[in-house]
Amino acid sequence: MNRFPRFSIALVSAVALGYEILLIRLFSIIQWHHFAYMIISLALLGYGASGAFLCVLRERLLARFQAAYIASLLLFGLSAVACFLIAQQVPFNPEEMLWDPAQPLRLLAVYLLLSLPFFFAANAIGLALSRFRRRVAGIYAADLFGAGLGSVAIVGLLFVVFPGRALQLLGILGTGAAALACWELRVRRAWGLLVLGAMLPLLLLPADWRGLAISPYKGLSQMLRIDGARIVEQRSSPLGLLSVVESPRVPLRHAPGLSLKATAEPPPQVGVFTDGDGMTVLTRDSGRRERFGYLDQLTSALPYHLGGPKRVLVLGAGGGAEVLQALYHGAEQVDAVELNPQMVDLVKGRYREFTGDLYGRPGVKVHVAEARGFVAATKQRYDLVQLALVDAFGASSAGLHALNESYLYTVEALQEYLRHLAPDGYLAISRWVKLPPRDSLKLFGMAVQALRNLGVEDPGRRLALIRGWQTSTLVIKNGEFSAGELTDLRRFCRERAFDSAYYPGMAGEEANRYNRLRQPYFFTAARALLGESGDEYRRRYKFNIEPATDDRPYFFHFFKWELLPEIWALRGRGGFPLLEWGYLILVATLAQAVLVSLVLILLPLTLLRSRAGNGSFSRRRVFIYFGAIGLAFLFLEIAFIQKFILFLSHPLYAVAVVLSSFLIFAGLGSAWSGRLAAARGDRVVLGLAVGAIALFGGLFLLLLPVVIPMLASLPDPVKVPVAVLSIGPLAFFMGMPFPTALARLGDESPGLIPWAWGVNGCASVISSVLATLLAIHLGFSLVVLAALALYGVAFAVFPGRRGGA
Amino acid sequence: MGRLFRLVALAGLMALLAAGRGWAGDAYGQERRYMVRLIEADVRDTRRYIGKEALDPRVMAALGRVPRHEFVPPSLRTAAYENRPLPIGHGQTISQPYIVALMTDLLGLKPGDRVLEIGTGSGYQAAILAELVDQVFTIEIIGPLGREAGERLRRLGYPKIETRIGDGYYGWEEAAPFDAIVVTAAAGHIPPPLIAQLRPGGRMVIPVGSRFMTQQLLLVEKDARGELTSRQILPVRFVPLTGAH
Repeated sequence: MNRFPRFSIALVSAVALGYEILLIRLFSIIQWHHFAYMIISLALLGYGASGAFLCVLRERLLARFQAAYIASLLLFGLSAVACFLIAQQVPFNPEEMLWDPAQPLRLLAVYLLLSLPFFFAANAIGLALSRFRRRVAGIYAADLFGAGLGSVAIVGLLFVVFPGRALQLLGILGTGAAALACWELRVRRAWGLLVLGAMLPLLLLPADWRGLAISPYKGLSQMLRIDGARIVEQRSSPLGLLSVVESPRVPLRHAPGLSLKATAEPPPQVGVFTDGDGMTVLTRDSGRRERFGYLDQLTSALPYHLGGPKRVLVLGAGGGAEVLQALYHGAEQVDAVELNPQMVDLVKGRYREFTGDLYGRPGVKVHVAEARGFVAATKQRYDLVQLALVDAFGASSAGLHALNESYLYTVEALQEYLRHLAPDGYLAISRWVKLPPRDSLKLFGMAVQALRNLGVEDPGRRLALIRGWQTSTLVIKNGEFSAGELTDLRRFCRERAFDSAYYPGMAGEEANRYNRLRQPYFFTAARALLGESGDEYRRRYKFNIEPATDDRPYFFHFFKWELLPEIWALRGRGGFPLLEWGYLILVATLAQAVLVSLVLILLPLTLLRSRAGNGSFSRRRVFIYFGAIGLAFLFLEIAFIQKFILFLSHPLYAVAVVLSSFLIFAGLGSAWSGRLAAARGDRVVLGLAVGAIALFGGLFLLLLPVVIPMLASLPDPVKVPVAVLSIGPLAFFMGMPFPTALARLGDESPGLIPWAWGVNGCASVISSVLATLLAIHLGFSLVVLAALALYGVAFAVFPGRRGGA
Repeated sequence: MGRLFRLVALAGLMALLAAGRGWAGDAYGQERRYMVRLIEADVRDTRRYIGKEALDPRVMAALGRVPRHEFVPPSLRTAAYENRPLPIGHGQTISQPYIVALMTDLLGLKPGDRVLEIGTGSGYQAAILAELVDQVFTIEIIGPLGREAGERLRRLGYPKIETRIGDGYYGWEEAAPFDAIVVTAAAGHIPPPLIAQLRPGGRMVIPVGSRFMTQQLLLVEKDARGELTSRQILPVRFVPLTGAH
């Protein structure tokens, strides 16, 4: 029996990767996405745990390889569904973590539950690697190939079915891998029947079990408590689960930032929630223009009072509030850019009449595209580019977006928007006001930087910032503000009780009039950021307001370590809301992952002491080698995904294209490396691989900043193959180091194989978290350099000759 | 004999239970006093930022009287007097006592005032208000929650509080104008009808943040001429900028 079960390996890898991506979707819906990442990265330590498990029980399991392998696959499929269903019943509420000792225990329960499926999947592959140790290159290739296909397939699947159904399908496919293995391994027919019988509960899963238990504290759950409010439609895609809520008895009235002096209220609205939160609204148009008067009472209406813009670009149009606002103010041409086609479809379809055919009106054009990509590709120039409030206040104020890369808010993005303004046009960006100020100040500083980069000598003459109690709006003009415009600005603010925070020539006593803060923080900060000592001011500011760039696209990251002791001391006295959770959770995740990894790696090591191999690959070398390539592989993968988000101008395509290209080309590389090693020796293969990785990685760093802007205007169907081809060669060689070294281990100390597999698994988990942390602080270019260095380390510790040290 | 024994035993048991309840009541009383002292200490720490040395002693006395443990689910009673928010079901919470104290103090209430509350929740804030003024009107949008709170307030003896279930957006027209308004469940903005129902010289307080964490308090003041100003108050001792600036 020398044929290894390549198809079931590929299938289980495909399903495991799909399951990982699906879990992120599922947890983003029932909880908040940052906890999704935390839970899943920890769950992946099931891979590490499997390494430890196999180390201990290797001999016994190998003696019954067929049964152990098939059982692992079967348990994977069953637990993938069962563990999630149980985990979502655990009443975990992150906001109570600080007070309630039961919450961390619940989080632990969720971890343990979700690590089970990954544990079983890893057992299957680890067992196969141990059993067919002469065929590691082939097994690894099947594993990578499967994962590559899985990453594309799950994105496709999520377009077609709801996440709950997708979970059921993955469970069936997982157990299907067991059935496939029965056939591949030619086991007795009775076993096959047993496996098919075990699939039954998954096939017959009751429909209401597939329902998701959304946290009662998310916006959607809150809304549904209102008498008469109900979900009238749900649509699902990898971009999110849209829930449309109508509330006939207590109408929705969403108008964030409305002036205190406003007397008009919004007309009836329909709420659209994405993943149970972040509501955007569709507003009813009864044909009476005066019903939209409230749109003139928002800070974002300012640019319409300065120059009367006729050609308007709305980025992040959602349900169309900003489009309505533009029409209300007499815009003649409105280009609305929205990423999610299902959102556009709601406005154009079911709610076409309700919204007065908003997206079909003369002059209005909707573009389903990512904002940055749209702007890069268009040749149009606009009188006003309006960047709407695209994130929800709740998540924003708790710093939950801290880890979200956002290419909408970077210095380069601002420059790109500014380049698309007509002479004397405006770029207007509205943000939630937080106390102490964060977003608005970071953005102001970035605007100063962007204008300077474009060669403007005195940026202060082109900037204006106003604020209400809830929102602030920054206006950047393509030209200097005239005296008339400033008079209009002052009148606009006075009539609505908004405060001016900055405009050219503004006097100090004009600040902080209507919505009084203890000090005129915004005015002081704006002045400082424009002055000579802007950098010094940023450095001393308690929150991180350093400009976000394309290499460090973390606009929402405001956390500074210096702040932690002070906030901690104030925890019972209203201090906790000041913490930016996203970043701390990332650090906590890393700490936990490192800790658990160490236990999982050290545990088998102590047990293995007695029967360690006497080959050239010492345990220490195995640890360094497999740790280094585990870290490096994901560093590169993550950095590439980020870089290609900008190029492919769509986060989803980027993930699917980059991930699958990486895995599939690496799979090819792995398959080829086995043959090459047989002919030329493994050290030659490794040297070739590491040399090529350094070459292609270096080229990537040098060429990408030049090439991406050149190719930005290519049509999407051309961009995808360009991306695949630029990733291919690098990924091909990245597939070689793992099987090459594993084959050597197989020859010399097969007992260390499961351990190497475990070390590699743990390193990959740590890597994904570490890459984000490094990118936040040092940028993605550095992540790439670090990866190249790690491959160098791996090469250095690879033993020279067989039998030698 | 057996019967007598049973009677005596029963009487003894009842006495024990009564004593137990008495102790429990005392225990809650002690916890409540401790909670009030804790808040006083916090306020002293925060004085520079909230602009006063201590909160209105009447507010503190009200916090010392209202049995907060009656307003939380039975399973959380032991935590009722901890200085933290607690879940009360229906996806809602009862605010941290420190925040309740600050908000009530910001309203600057006088005994004859008429107060409107949007978002009854457990009824705790309304009970605190009723300790300070003659008339409290409170509206809750979530039916079961509002009924529970109304029933609880009647049981605890708060005849000054009128409860209603419904949409708070349009306030309580028949009882307007109000000297003070508390909006604990805000829509995306402050409803214009509520501002209209605020008496000149009146004050409105709105906590801003999530269900469990209050980020800031918004105080809206309407002066005698009907002009509006607002203040945003960070309920925490924190200097946003570094000393040098």
